[in-house]
Amino acid sequence: MTATVVQPPTVPAPVSAPATGLRSRADTGRLKVTLPRVVGAEWFKFASLRSSWITIAVALAVIIGFGALAAAVAAGDIEPARGGGPGEGALGLDPTSLSLAGAGLAQIILGILGVLAISGEYSSGMIRATLAAVPRRVPVLTAKAIVIAVVAIVVAVPGTYAAFFVGQAIFGDGANASLSDAGVGQAVLGTGVYLAAIAVLGLALGALLRHAAGAIGALFTLLLLAPNLLPLLLPDSWAEALVPYLPSNAGAAFTSVAPADGLLSAGAGMAVLAGWIVVLLATAAVLLRRRDA
Amino acid sequence: MIVVEHVTKNYGKKTAVNDLSFTVRPGVVTGFLGPNGAGKSTTMRMIVGLDRPDTGSVTVGGKPYRDHVAPLHEVGALLEARAIHPGRSAYNHLLALATTTGIPRRRITEVLDLVGLSTVGRKRAGAFSLGMGQRLGIAAALLGDPDVVILDEPVNGLDPEGIVWIRNLLKSLADEGRTVFVSSHLISEIALVAEHLIVVGRGELIADTSVSEMQRAASGVVVRVRSPRASELARLLLDDGVTVESSGGPSELRVTGLEAAVIGDRALAAGLPVHALIPTEVSLEQAFMQLTHDSVEYEPTAPAPEPAGTRQEVTSR
Repeated sequence: MTATVVQPPTVPAPVSAPATGLRSRADTGRLKVTLPRVVGAEWFKFASLRSSWITIAVALAVIIGFGALAAAVAAGDIEPARGGGPGEGALGLDPTSLSLAGAGLAQIILGILGVLAISGEYSSGMIRATLAAVPRRVPVLTAKAIVIAVVAIVVAVPGTYAAFFVGQAIFGDGANASLSDAGVGQAVLGTGVYLAAIAVLGLALGALLRHAAGAIGALFTLLLLAPNLLPLLLPDSWAEALVPYLPSNAGAAFTSVAPADGLLSAGAGMAVLAGWIVVLLATAAVLLRRRDA
Repeated sequence: MIVVEHVTKNYGKKTAVNDLSFTVRPGVVTGFLGPNGAGKSTTMRMIVGLDRPDTGSVTVGGKPYRDHVAPLHEVGALLEARAIHPGRSAYNHLLALATTTGIPRRRITEVLDLVGLSTVGRKRAGAFSLGMGQRLGIAAALLGDPDVVILDEPVNGLDPEGIVWIRNLLKSLADEGRTVFVSSHLISEIALVAEHLIVVGRGELIADTSVSEMQRAASGVVVRVRSPRASELARLLLDDGVTVESSGGPSELRVTGLEAAVIGDRALAAGLPVHALIPTEVSLEQAFMQLTHDSVEYEPTAPAPEPAGTRQEVTSR
């Protein structure tokens, strides 16, 4: 800790004009803040936290493990908790959906990963350093969205395929589904993409609310509570019109082999989910620019 | 160069900064002084664009901070509150900041060496002491080799060795021609490094002056006079802006508002003997407390005992 010798700080070249301290214009040009650089910075931030990797490991374990468990229960390899014979649980009979049963919980985990990518900066105070480094601010949110989206896709899509194949192996030949079966390929890929989309949705909620607890609460409400509560609270005709447009139901439109009645078409579901993300991120960007950090 | 012009900032109904204007010039260390809650941190946050002024403008190097293409190269700031994720190492914290603007990795090693953190650079910042956190904040501020260095209470948590180190650092930064703006609520600390002072209280400018001027204003204002004919001398000296009190016995006076030489000349002219004429140094601390007395935001309920010799007026300019 002995640092009594103070050297003039120099980057990237020694201060050329000590009388004014002004560096050349070339330096300023070379040290420009660009979106690719901010994306790189956000990647380092993400990768340098142990919690990021733990969350990813848990998400993968949940996608694959719960899918395998559901498949095993349904295939009769494991006795279900209470009553019901093989394949008669609440999970239904569709081998694809059963093998992807972990997605319901994994969406929450990946959504929280998105929330924490920004709420962690507010709780630690890091956001002040971040926004002082990138005073235009919006590139920070854009970069975070890119990093979270890429990470979540890289984790969730292969994870979903793995869950599918593990699940089908448990069902065994004859009882299992194949990617070439009608609707199956789309459901498996769709589930992976849906999970990645929820991670970005979590980021948008974190940026809007700035506190982990509030944003995670909003995530739960939007994904889990709203689809069940709205039909109870609203007149039937309203609920029927609104509920398909909730993010989870918009997702269900392209993540199921045989979508339930009343859902949007697969294409419309994707567009609606994308719309949620775009609107929430854009609102977060406007507020990020406007609010004091 | 930092230029703050007619800046006002409210948080809800509370005014943090009110019509504040001042300029911080390059090449010298400028101290930013004021009691706690005077608006120092708010002002510094507005300089680096973290908070937006309600009215008025703040520019650094000729334009608003957010308009600089290489902001870390322009301004390096250590703000009062910690700005480090506890789960990240010092090195990775600096790497994330450096990457935004293309600063090479060797510079990270350089600044970690400079602040004496190279041996703990890979440890989680959450385990850092307050002093180490401050050093890391200073490393982050110097990362971009900035023209302007802004440090909010940098000596907080530093050990005596660290305090000496930062004084030398600030002076060398200013000698290199940089603009160095350092806040403190302790004038005794800042007077050792700063040449210029911006004093604020309740969000308003109280003084914009040099340290030497402040020292001059503070010293020699009280003169102790000993004379066998003290009461006659007291009557002679009493005037507008001059107060005379007896102190330490019947032959001793404390005169406020006249210089020792003037008192001596008048006594001579009146033929009054003077046995002693002692200008009393008022410490900068006392001058500062006097200056900010009316603008202390959080006063203790039991008023602190007033140090002797503070009952004179210090003119602000």
